[in-house]
Amino acid sequence: MADGPCPLTASDVVEEYFLEHRAKVLDIAAFLDRLDRAADAPQPLDHRVVALLDTIAMLHDGNGDRAKRIQERLSDQSTTPIDAAPMQGALGAPSEPTA
Amino acid sequence: MKYIDPHIHMVSRTTDDYRRMAQAGCAAITEPAFWAGYDRCSVEGFRDYFRQLTDTEPARAAKYGIRHHCWLCINPKEAEDVGFATEVLSMVPEFMQASNVLGIGEIGLNKNSRNELQVLEMHLQLAKAHDALVLVHTPHLEDKRKGTMLIMDAVDNAGLDPDRVLIDHVEEHTVGMVLDRGFWAGMTLYPDTKCTPQRAVDILERWGTERIWMNSAGDWGDSDPLAVPKARMEMQRRRHPAAMIEQVTWGNPVTFLSRSENFATHV
Repeated sequence: MADGPCPLTASDVVEEYFLEHRAKVLDIAAFLDRLDRAADAPQPLDHRVVALLDTIAMLHDGNGDRAKRIQERLSDQSTTPIDAAPMQGALGAPSEPTA
Repeated sequence: MKYIDPHIHMVSRTTDDYRRMAQAGCAAITEPAFWAGYDRCSVEGFRDYFRQLTDTEPARAAKYGIRHHCWLCINPKEAEDVGFATEVLSMVPEFMQASNVLGIGEIGLNKNSRNELQVLEMHLQLAKAHDALVLVHTPHLEDKRKGTMLIMDAVDNAGLDPDRVLIDHVEEHTVGMVLDRGFWAGMTLYPDTKCTPQRAVDILERWGTERIWMNSAGDWGDSDPLAVPKARMEMQRRRHPAAMIEQVTWGNPVTFLSRSENFATHV
């Protein structure tokens, strides 16, 4: 696998991208707060929220390749076809943690 | 600088979109057959759709100086009913001689079921019989990794040359396996699912610019028909050279698509 550099300096990357990612972190925080304030709260966490919280921990676990590892955490790790399609859409995270 | 959007569903877009794409430099597009947002209730519904792809849409695009091409199939979301899919597939050869047809697509898997896989295999045999290029849809979200692996195995088992097959909608966890096995890779630029322009450029920086392209996959859902020029701007923002931008948004699509004699970059 190639792993080429981004042409920008570290300072350039921060200057160019910090604000949009500051906003994304606040969106995640507000989403979790909204869940806390849901009309029927507290409820057991949906498996997708559990997966999301797992991936947040992966952002600062000291290892690189974050995007790929998060994609893997959010992926079905089984390898054989299922008997029949239960629906046409997708949920965004496997129903059981498989990473 | 001109560009090609090699995957966009213009039957779902307005003429205003054609105008804005032309103004942004779009010279040619390719439109895979896809799911309309509902399941068709008859085989004849697909006949009408294929006529739209091979007759109506090229004329609409030409008014804006854009060359329109298409791919034919029954998409994976309507492939759970094997009998129905077989009937639709039997009709595809009628349209394969149309002047804007590039090959079979977008075929693949959706939920990775046995029936979907069976219909995928039928499509691959049809492509082989017609010596046609193949454009592959990979599943959404949690189903993508597994589906991508199953699809690549099916293509290999069918005896098709991976250099004539483009695996679309790759992301960080699938792009490496697709390129390593000799396939072409497509990155789809979507606001929420698939790749943002920023992540697509990250992938180019990490996995290189050989055998890869970017597309908008603009359709009836949350999508942006100007996503490719926006990704070009992202590459400029990072000071990537013009030659690299041209390779990914023009040269690579031309190289792959020119393997069909029906491909052209002008009206």
